Amino acid sequence: MADAQQNAAPAHPPVRFETAPERYRHWKLDFPKEHEGKVARLTLDVQDNGGLREGYSLKLNSYDLSVDIELADALSRIRFEHPEVRALVFASAKDRIFSAGANIYMLGLSSHTFKVNFCKFTNETRLYLEQMSAESGIASLAALNGTASGGGYELAIACDEIVLSDDGSSAVSLPEVPLLGVLPGTGGLTRLVDKRKVRRDYADVFSTLAEGVRGKRAVDWGIVDESPSRAQFQQAVDRRLAAMVARSSAQTHPSMKLTALAGDYHVAGTNYRYVTLAVDAGRRVAARTIRKPEDDEPSTPAELASRGADAWLVRAFRELDDALLDLRFNYANVAAIEVRAEGRASAVLQAERILVEHAADPLVHEVTCLIRRVLKRYDNTARSLFALIDQKSAFAGVLLELALGADRTYMLAVDGVSLRTSALNGGTFPMATELSRLQAHFYHDASKAAAALVETAAIDTARAGELGLITFAPDELDWEDEVRIAFEERASLSPDAMTGMEANLRFVGPETMETKIFGRLSAWQNWIFQRPNATGAKGALTLYGKPERPEFDFTRT
Amino acid sequence: MSNVINSERIPNNVGLSEDKRLQRALEEWQPNYLKWWNEMGPEGFQRDQIFLRTAISVDSDGWANFGHVKMPDYRWGIFLADAVKDRTIGFGDNMGQPVWQQVPGEHRNSLRRLIVTQGDTEPASVEQQRLLGHSCPSLYDLRNLFQVNVEEGRHLWAMVYLLHSHFGRDGREEAEALLERRSGDVDKPRILGAFNEPCTDWLSFFMFTFFTDRDGKFQLLALAESAFDPLSRTTRFMLTEEAHHMFVGETGILRMCDRTAQVMKESGKDHPDDLRKLGVIDFGTMQRYLNLWYSLSLDLFGSEVSSNAASFFANGLKGRAKEDQYEDHRALEGFYTIDRFNEGRWSKDDIPLRNALNEVLRDAYVEDCQRGVDKWNRTIAAHGVSVVLKLPSRKFHRHVGANANLPIDVAGNVIATGSFSAKRDEWLPSESDKAFVQSLMTAPVFDPKQMANWISPPKQGIKGRPVDFEYVRRDA
Repeated sequence: MADAQQNAAPAHPPVRFETAPERYRHWKLDFPKEHEGKVARLTLDVQDNGGLREGYSLKLNSYDLSVDIELADALSRIRFEHPEVRALVFASAKDRIFSAGANIYMLGLSSHTFKVNFCKFTNETRLYLEQMSAESGIASLAALNGTASGGGYELAIACDEIVLSDDGSSAVSLPEVPLLGVLPGTGGLTRLVDKRKVRRDYADVFSTLAEGVRGKRAVDWGIVDESPSRAQFQQAVDRRLAAMVARSSAQTHPSMKLTALAGDYHVAGTNYRYVTLAVDAGRRVAARTIRKPEDDEPSTPAELASRGADAWLVRAFRELDDALLDLRFNYANVAAIEVRAEGRASAVLQAERILVEHAADPLVHEVTCLIRRVLKRYDNTARSLFALIDQKSAFAGVLLELALGADRTYMLAVDGVSLRTSALNGGTFPMATELSRLQAHFYHDASKAAAALVETAAIDTARAGELGLITFAPDELDWEDEVRIAFEERASLSPDAMTGMEANLRFVGPETMETKIFGRLSAWQNWIFQRPNATGAKGALTLYGKPERPEFDFTRT
Repeated sequence: MSNVINSERIPNNVGLSEDKRLQRALEEWQPNYLKWWNEMGPEGFQRDQIFLRTAISVDSDGWANFGHVKMPDYRWGIFLADAVKDRTIGFGDNMGQPVWQQVPGEHRNSLRRLIVTQGDTEPASVEQQRLLGHSCPSLYDLRNLFQVNVEEGRHLWAMVYLLHSHFGRDGREEAEALLERRSGDVDKPRILGAFNEPCTDWLSFFMFTFFTDRDGKFQLLALAESAFDPLSRTTRFMLTEEAHHMFVGETGILRMCDRTAQVMKESGKDHPDDLRKLGVIDFGTMQRYLNLWYSLSLDLFGSEVSSNAASFFANGLKGRAKEDQYEDHRALEGFYTIDRFNEGRWSKDDIPLRNALNEVLRDAYVEDCQRGVDKWNRTIAAHGVSVVLKLPSRKFHRHVGANANLPIDVAGNVIATGSFSAKRDEWLPSESDKAFVQSLMTAPVFDPKQMANWISPPKQGIKGRPVDFEYVRRDA
């Protein structure tokens, strides 16, 4: 047991994801007077020696996870704490350089597991940027005062618009393929053709051109929207921002301060107010429990505003989000999660009612969007998710999403065990495929999803079985053994095969840009990361910055 | 239907009275078992009183209680051999670690498959033998047949106990399926080939108990080594009963050899036709039956090269028979050489030892069979008859493994396909052999003083009773 715990312990200090603007080292968040507070400005000024770990220097606004953790935090705070904001602009504090992307030396020093999770997190954050525009009417602009390469351009392309200074040298580029022998891993390839609809032959040229493209050609090919001279750069940026503000659909709501979660992190998990993560290193299983709301959760937007981030819907899902990240980065050996929800279903339905009854309220809407993001993070977590539904469970409505999103559900077959559907299961929290979890669960038969949705009463185990909502229903005598064996069996299977299998089965249904990024792009990238041509002794990523040239095995698959 | 599951009805040493899960499972299963027994068990004798041995505990007094009982009232019990204190895994990659009292999730499917495959053979043999009572050579033999049958039934219980106690709902479903498959049924056959072969005469029955039950013995020996302790303890106890089944086969053939040799000597005749006219089975026919059942039973060990066998061993699920006799319990180094017929010629293939463990087990089986055949030959020789029964080459008439369906003669040579068909009736029971054997066994011998003409009486009776004891009291 002691050995197993040591194995599970990260080689580095655990990564923590909670931060706040006053603690940012790499970003400055401000609200320029010229736009009357309606524009949030995120200025990138990466501290060379301020990275998460030792051994690399974050030169030229290159980034590591610590930079992205701050960015994710900032995006969340803009939405909750700064309701007057209508547009977002990214700028750089460095002269003639916007960002050189993810730091190559950092990648070289990182384990495969870390690289994969780093890319996943940065991808999620880029998607948050796009969701902020789509869901809350806060569009974003990349103001490229200088070169944006690799991940730097991938951040820009996640914005709605890109302005690149035309100074004869500043370029946008995706040099990963020609320089490093890997892919731009933060959605760059996908967004070039799917979002910006750059012609794919130009995208091909662009993606193999280490120095990238500048000025007029960048505009002509659709890689940026505008490339004004240095003198006219700020003016162009301001003009576009003013237009974004003018057309924004965002509505003002009371500011909600995202207070610290103050999780109690210990060696085998974390205790939050509503969420517990309990890691059993010996079994390589973690139990993740989300507990019921208080009896007096807010039922109106005004009550929500006054309760603030202590409202269960906000706090519990923020805690769940933090727990998911904790698990991904700090408990690499955990194979499977016991997904539990404790409490009374009625309390959950009571607490979530505000999301239905006041869906149009801008603050309530932000809460819905927050939960949507957390549930997507849950879907994208590469651990086996088995929901356990017993007498103590409160899998109802919004919490039922956790069971519907799980790989399997085990529901105890005794009296008094039940689950509940609610209107929120009908598509309020779409997956990356844009299907609801219920639709994905019943992809073979939409009528079954509809049937489950109209069940208004508590659904006991037998009924849940009839409706097809659960996988297995062991009775009292079998429960313990069935569950134990299921987890033991799961933990014994190849972790790589599990990741691949789950990612394939969970995202049943249509492809979207999001599923392509997490599926196609990430899967190819993670394959390339493992290949000698990238990471072997003579691989391009290995030899980057060294005097030797890479040597490729030129066999094509 | 109310159904009493208690330790009085079901003798056991597995804590049945406290084990609600097992009680619940057995409450559903037991009536189906009895229904199966009544439908598929010995036909026509269910109301007779049979002098049977019933195990009521695992100690030396307890496992051999004798008395007259009607078969449907037989108390099928559930027994584990005594636990070995601090037992550790004796082979494979986990050697030296404590054995498992519960099924590790990782190995659930493999263990379930092993147990189901073993369990399936038990009711299968009862089904195969259900009509034999109508042609029994004596009440002594009839009783032995039924003893074998009820114990095969108990072995089914033993495997069902494991399925019920350790495999949850899947286990219960598998336990039901064990009662649903039927030997020789086209739609729902038993899992293994030899258990779908008809066994409708006593020569086949004795050959079956000698050869096929001996496969069971070696499978049980290998499972007795298992890291899954309940399986190990169950199979260790089953082995004590299996010994009796092989005794029935060995002495049955031995008594037939004795009788035929005696008639040959007395009559001075040795032509099969003459011997048949004298009402005994000629040695040529016996040899052909031997060839058939030996080759069918060899198939039960599986392929010569088996990745399943390797992974069962590596994971500690199934060892080698009497693993203690080996020095290297990891079997990671070393090779086993097998013959392989390729492009018209034999060649030697070196197989990594772990992949050849089926063959290792088959070696021990062949050796064990030979010991029995030697005894038969000594009995024949004692009459001054020069016939010798022989085990054919283990490559002969195989349907599983490297030599499956190759035209190979009894000496192990590959011959032309056409010549195999031409010679088939020299090596395997022909239709006329079967007809002859059946013709000897048209009526049962129910008089305790009588013995069929084609077999000698046994040297002694059961549990100190005389040979002519009324081992079966027919229901008048």
